[in-house]
Amino acid sequence: MKHLLSTSELTRAEAIDLLDTAEQMSLVSTREVKKLPVLRGLTVVNLFFEDSTRTRISFEAAAKRLSADVITFSAKGSSVSKGESLQDTAQTLSAMGADGVVIRHSGSGAPHRLAHSGWIDAPVVNAGDGTHEHPTQALLDAFTLRRVHAGLPASAPADGAVGRGLDGAVVGIVGDILHSRVARSNVHLLTTLGARVVLVAPPTLLPIGVESWPCDVVYDLDAAIRDHPFDALMMLRVQQERMHEAFFPTAREYARRWGLSDARARALPGDCAIMHPGPMNRGFEIGAEAADSPRAVVLDQVANGVSVRMAVLYRLLTGQSTAASGREGQS
Amino acid sequence: MTTTLIRAATLPDGSRADLGIAGGLLVDPQDLGTPTTVVDADGLLALPGLVDMHTHLREPGREDAETILTGSRAAAAGGYTAVHAMANTSPVADTAGVVEQVHRLGRAAGYTQVEPVGAVTVGLAGETLAELGAMADSEARVRMFSDDGHCVWDPLVMRRALEYVKAFDGIIAQHAQDPRLTEGAQMNEGVVSAELGLPGWPAVAEEAIIARDVLLAEHVGSRLHVCHVSTAGSVELIRWAKSRGIRVTAEVTPHHLVLTDEEVRSFDPVYKVNPPLRTQEDVHALRGALADGTIDVVGTDHAPHPSEHKCVEWTAAAMGMVGMETALAVVSHAMRDLDFSTADLARVMSTRPAEIVGLAHHGTLAIGTGANLVLVDPEAPHTVEPDTHETMGRNNPFRGRTLGARVTDTFLYGTRVFADGELGTPLAFGEAGPWND
Repeated sequence: MKHLLSTSELTRAEAIDLLDTAEQMSLVSTREVKKLPVLRGLTVVNLFFEDSTRTRISFEAAAKRLSADVITFSAKGSSVSKGESLQDTAQTLSAMGADGVVIRHSGSGAPHRLAHSGWIDAPVVNAGDGTHEHPTQALLDAFTLRRVHAGLPASAPADGAVGRGLDGAVVGIVGDILHSRVARSNVHLLTTLGARVVLVAPPTLLPIGVESWPCDVVYDLDAAIRDHPFDALMMLRVQQERMHEAFFPTAREYARRWGLSDARARALPGDCAIMHPGPMNRGFEIGAEAADSPRAVVLDQVANGVSVRMAVLYRLLTGQSTAASGREGQS
Repeated sequence: MTTTLIRAATLPDGSRADLGIAGGLLVDPQDLGTPTTVVDADGLLALPGLVDMHTHLREPGREDAETILTGSRAAAAGGYTAVHAMANTSPVADTAGVVEQVHRLGRAAGYTQVEPVGAVTVGLAGETLAELGAMADSEARVRMFSDDGHCVWDPLVMRRALEYVKAFDGIIAQHAQDPRLTEGAQMNEGVVSAELGLPGWPAVAEEAIIARDVLLAEHVGSRLHVCHVSTAGSVELIRWAKSRGIRVTAEVTPHHLVLTDEEVRSFDPVYKVNPPLRTQEDVHALRGALADGTIDVVGTDHAPHPSEHKCVEWTAAAMGMVGMETALAVVSHAMRDLDFSTADLARVMSTRPAEIVGLAHHGTLAIGTGANLVLVDPEAPHTVEPDTHETMGRNNPFRGRTLGARVTDTFLYGTRVFADGELGTPLAFGEAGPWND
């Protein structure tokens, strides 16, 4: 694995190996000194062509806990806004000696282009590209789900999930699937790991061609909750700009039909985890009761994000895995 | 007077014959006497010079992408003796002045007959008809009008344009794309776009405009030409329209006959084009339609771009592919498994386009017409190397592929503008003959 561009290219063994490595990484946060020296002397460049404070600082924290030097390059106010091309930016970073590039871009495929154009030799991590993929988000979701599915704490050091997949888990993903890179990455990864995915969305927010995806598609959230024994329900953020593009009549109608209201939260199975990639629109796609319930693992997802990104950077920059078991079924 | 004898060429009907050229015209080889030049065409096909109804030569305005001279050289290398230069230049070819400039620069280049296409609406804005009559009456004698790159979307403007050009037997070439259904579109909408998360360009955005336009053409009794048909549904609509006697003609590009949206998985912008690459089912339908005549012609939609517009991420890249220098080989390759003869190849790449636009000296090997012809080696496997091409555009999606047929010679009114695989001498500006009629 030279790059991490999409979850669709991860095998089950690779995915489990990354999650197991992340389990090892999560132990670092319990140490007195929350740092490993494994990437000392290496430089990780965070190349953010699109604003995303959360993802950026998560990658920064991950790189720093591995003792890498971190350079953050934000497109705003940089030469990119003056017309510099992705090629020139990449070659500049290469000349500066980047050992790994984490890229966030508003255009689908930009990380793929960066990785395969020959402009730069370093490993490339996709930190979200357009409406294509967001593989580290899916990995942290899978990491969290794997804990929950095994009856373990959603975050914090715990043993027992290592070596496992998500076989038998049923996961609902609700909301704007059409524009969601999180949904695309999760559909691939969760099904690779053995989970069954159910997408719930208004028809206008499902892509033409979704029928080819390895998942179920339902329009009615109440019917979905009634018919599927969800182990987790993942609520997607609906971007403000969609409100004005006629994907649904009004925000209130959307909230009524596809929001996780208090009543719907109560109708879920008692052990169903409530997930959200953040930031949440409270009162819109998710109600306060769901957001604040003990079943909500939103902050666990954030915490696990650092461990997962540590695992990805470690794996790509050193070519190694720390997973004690390393392979499925050996734990 | 320069005379040329082309010996033992294989004609489109499969027969072998000598061809004579004198004074820029095809003559009976018996009447040549002792020819100045003899070209041995044993084993080569002789086709009437190819006619491209759809090219972008970029001049005036984007001479960094292509000029009329470089585009004309590419045409000669591709076997094209006439090419229609689309109007989306800067300034737009929406006045007699601009079309006359393009016409004059084409004659000055002397490698192919450059026929300017006039814009339908001022500035391609789709609002006000350009002075179509002035362009028709100009030295360029424009007969085909198109806002290509943009759709004439307003149905009333389209109706008026179709009606108006009847006064001089003009034709409106429509770029069928509903703008609202394709806002921000990056590729064909379907299984692949769903996975890649690229905004989709649905087939219905093309088909809805074609359906409307054939009905408008029927209502006003005008001629409509549909540019770069790309979907199976469009083929069905055109087939239906023709069965009703509607005067519609249709075009397909070489790339839509071969490539599919699966190529987009590479995120290589060389595959970014408008209309987008579609599915295998569409490719299959387009090939069948070209073979059975539902689609009349191949038009290249040759669209050169400087590398900085392609060596970028997919979403930032320009749309378009070059194609004149590989068109003949690509079409031969695409149609190899169908019942599609050399005569059919000549029909769709030369004879029908010449008929549609009214170029009497093209599309035929009849005695007394312009000596516009191309010699083709049908069995010359070669690898496509865009860096060696005459066009300035390197955005050829067939780079690295091996193709079979190869143009060896192109004659423009008797002048061997492409000779033995190399550029020859251009036809001199002002030389007497049908070139300057």
